[in-house]
Amino acid sequence: MIRTSIATALTVASVTLLAACGSGQKSSAAPVADPFPSTYTVPTSGPVLIRGATVLTGLDTRLDDTDVLLADGRIKAVGKALAAGDATVIEAKGRTLTPGIIDVHSHLGVYPSPGVWATSDGNEATAPTTPDVWAEHSIWPQDPGFQTARAGGITSMEILPGSANLIGGRGVVVKNVPATTYQAMLFPGAKRSVKMACGENPKRVYGRDGGRAPSTGMGNVAGYRAAFIKATAYRAKWDAWNKEPNGTPPDRDLALDTLADVLRGNITVQVHCYRADQMVTMLDVAKEFGFRIAAFHHAVEAYKIANELAEAQTCGALWADWWGFKLEAWDAIRENIAFVDHAKAKAGPGCAIVHSDDPNGIQRLNQEAAKAMAAGRRAGLTIPEEHAIAWLTRNPAKAIGVLDQVGTIEVGKQADVVLWSGNPFSVYTRADLVWIDGALRLDRAHPPATPDSDFLLGADVDDVAATAGDAP
Amino acid sequence: MTRTEPMKSRTRQLTLNLIAAALLAGAGAASAAVTAIRNAQVMTVAGAGTIERGTVLIRNGRIEAVGADVAIPEGAAIIDGSGKVLTPGIFVARSELGLKEIDAVDETNDVASRQSRYTAALDVTDALNPRSALLPVNRIEGVTRTLTAPETGKGGGLFAGQGAIISLAGALAEPGAFVVRPRAAMFAVLGEQAKGIAGTSRTSSIAAFREALEEAKSNGLRLGSGLSNDAQLSALDIEALRPVLTGETPLVITAHRASDILAALKLADDYRLRLIISGATEAHLVAKELAAARVPVLIDPTRNLPAQFEGLHARPDSALILRKAGVVFAFVDSDDKGTHNARNLRQVAGIAVSCGYPKDQALAAITLQPAEILGLSTVLGSIEAGKIADLVLWDGDPLEVTTAATAVWIDGVPMPMISRQTLLRDRYLQRIKAADVK
Repeated sequence: MIRTSIATALTVASVTLLAACGSGQKSSAAPVADPFPSTYTVPTSGPVLIRGATVLTGLDTRLDDTDVLLADGRIKAVGKALAAGDATVIEAKGRTLTPGIIDVHSHLGVYPSPGVWATSDGNEATAPTTPDVWAEHSIWPQDPGFQTARAGGITSMEILPGSANLIGGRGVVVKNVPATTYQAMLFPGAKRSVKMACGENPKRVYGRDGGRAPSTGMGNVAGYRAAFIKATAYRAKWDAWNKEPNGTPPDRDLALDTLADVLRGNITVQVHCYRADQMVTMLDVAKEFGFRIAAFHHAVEAYKIANELAEAQTCGALWADWWGFKLEAWDAIRENIAFVDHAKAKAGPGCAIVHSDDPNGIQRLNQEAAKAMAAGRRAGLTIPEEHAIAWLTRNPAKAIGVLDQVGTIEVGKQADVVLWSGNPFSVYTRADLVWIDGALRLDRAHPPATPDSDFLLGADVDDVAATAGDAP
Repeated sequence: MTRTEPMKSRTRQLTLNLIAAALLAGAGAASAAVTAIRNAQVMTVAGAGTIERGTVLIRNGRIEAVGADVAIPEGAAIIDGSGKVLTPGIFVARSELGLKEIDAVDETNDVASRQSRYTAALDVTDALNPRSALLPVNRIEGVTRTLTAPETGKGGGLFAGQGAIISLAGALAEPGAFVVRPRAAMFAVLGEQAKGIAGTSRTSSIAAFREALEEAKSNGLRLGSGLSNDAQLSALDIEALRPVLTGETPLVITAHRASDILAALKLADDYRLRLIISGATEAHLVAKELAAARVPVLIDPTRNLPAQFEGLHARPDSALILRKAGVVFAFVDSDDKGTHNARNLRQVAGIAVSCGYPKDQALAAITLQPAEILGLSTVLGSIEAGKIADLVLWDGDPLEVTTAATAVWIDGVPMPMISRQTLLRDRYLQRIKAADVK
């Protein structure tokens, strides 16, 4: 599976190269496979043997007193009493190793800290349908929130546009590494996503506050359908031309490029939606145009349609307990995640994800999962920790299309792992060590002397000087 | 600084006594029967510390006795606390509980009074809703008291109005016991959030602040036409500011940047105000000054990001620094979901512990310390004989996220452990389980 992905990535890269070389009129007009390719590189680091950990694999299994070997950016071996060889040995007795945590709903970089107009770039709220915009072009890599998220064990995240629009633009998957450009964070080979929103936000921003469509729920749905009717025709035109590229290529349209790729299955669909009835309507819209919704985000009422979501194999990306800020968030229950998880359908089991949508929440998604797990258990459901960890790792990886590379501790996968100081389902537990592609990216015992963010660098210069003056 | 210790003012003590009397009268109306909670680990948050297997007696809404060897009177209703932990009720030092149902449904939201001609005179007591659905949601998770505050910031005045201390028993409270103390504190704002209210700079907001206090001091004598909205204080606003000037009513100023906190301290010193700083992201940078002025702060110890420029020096161990410097503080949840989820304040305290804050002290920061800062520690905040019986029985460590409250008493009355959320859960649990059978 992994080899396949690398092959895909290589193909993408070579297509890009060809396009960049200007191999003729056709390719200059046709969409470039990836105009903003990843430049992410993994720093060289030696092999690491994590010895004697409790391993929650993300595959519903718990391996006690187990060794995990990381080498060449991959998980090389999982087992008992592995030979260290030349690996750096980490004694992990009493600590828990999990796959790196993946947040499928982040606005880090696009709504960074501090929250000022200059960098608040998450919503292109000038038209209700803007599939032409890409969240990555709003990312400010100096957002201090990336570093604090890493301290919470976040190794990858999907950064999405906001939810003002019916179709808000493309989201992007990044590895949570310090970088000067966003391209240097891009998860190689990961699909982009499209962010859609139902409910109150679009009709408020445009109808109530903007005096134009949509101003109602029905206006919202008409908006998605109108966009996908155009996209269907556009896709047909381009697919025909791609098959037989004769004559002048069709006119390109950035917005329809995105939606056509949704229809082709090249882009995952992430829908902000709270109410049960509206989610089912969105499933119908998806069916009408032949695309699949990867996940409903926020989905405070997902528990009401847990079985329907399982049948559609659409995940619920949820908070543990946020509620009440809007009427569509009024029917929250603490058991939402556990109920979505517990659902069963012919198509498969339910898929629950803990997400943050918040620079503070992303720092402790493990605690949010713990709250949801505890609430589910109290309601009488059986939820072992080795299962609940999947809400933070395997399921998010599946929803954003990177499960073949990360999300579980399996030999051959990318070495994105977190060693926790204790049980990750505790408020007192912290991430001790975080590896991304086998490179140590957080060591709590040895914090860096200066912040990763250029923006914060020197913010405390006078206080540091004052403290130095106090020294004997 | 030479200002007088406000707690010692005679007026203030008199008010406190009256409030304590009213509180106890409210509690006294409860059943005369005795309840005994036994075999629980009792975290008293008082001199007795933690009693490993303790008994607490509740009579007439008050804690009658607490200890390891308390005799249980005949006929007492007995609650077995084996394997459980008993703590004082959680006191949320700042929330908007009772003032709003749904933020984005204006019809239900009375936290802000934009375009009102009144500022300081606004009294949340006039709008409090004891049947708010938020009260059961939070009280079944251990929140028993809160200081309900008006929202400060743009659209209102520098003075946002007066908050009230309420009981989470809400509509279940005995008559007169829902609002524990009306007009318990005046709320105001400085720093970034104040910009745009009275001019666009920190200088203009401080000038407007001083002008308002001068007007109140001089019995409403207008000092000039002024350019700011706040220079046109109504007679009611000026009236409302008088107890702030006498030190009878504390003034809670939201300020984050260290320099804004110092500006607030200067105002407090100049006008002898009983100041409380709220927000206080950079309080650790002026911890010495806060300690010297004996000004307490309401802080969120989890905030380690500069949400705004005024919080550029946010750090995760600020509570530890404040404690070492001798600053008195209570923990609050600064999240904008902190009212609906006031119940998560114990998680906030737990996170502080994970960042090095002492565990026993973290519980005090959400029980006794809020009561102390608001002048109610003689009757609330800890498990001691004579205090009001606000108690929570937990199925584990009260600061742990997997722990839940199993019983809650307010004024000695057991609260029904249901909320709109538990009813929704039960309705849909049946559906989830029905699918299992198929």
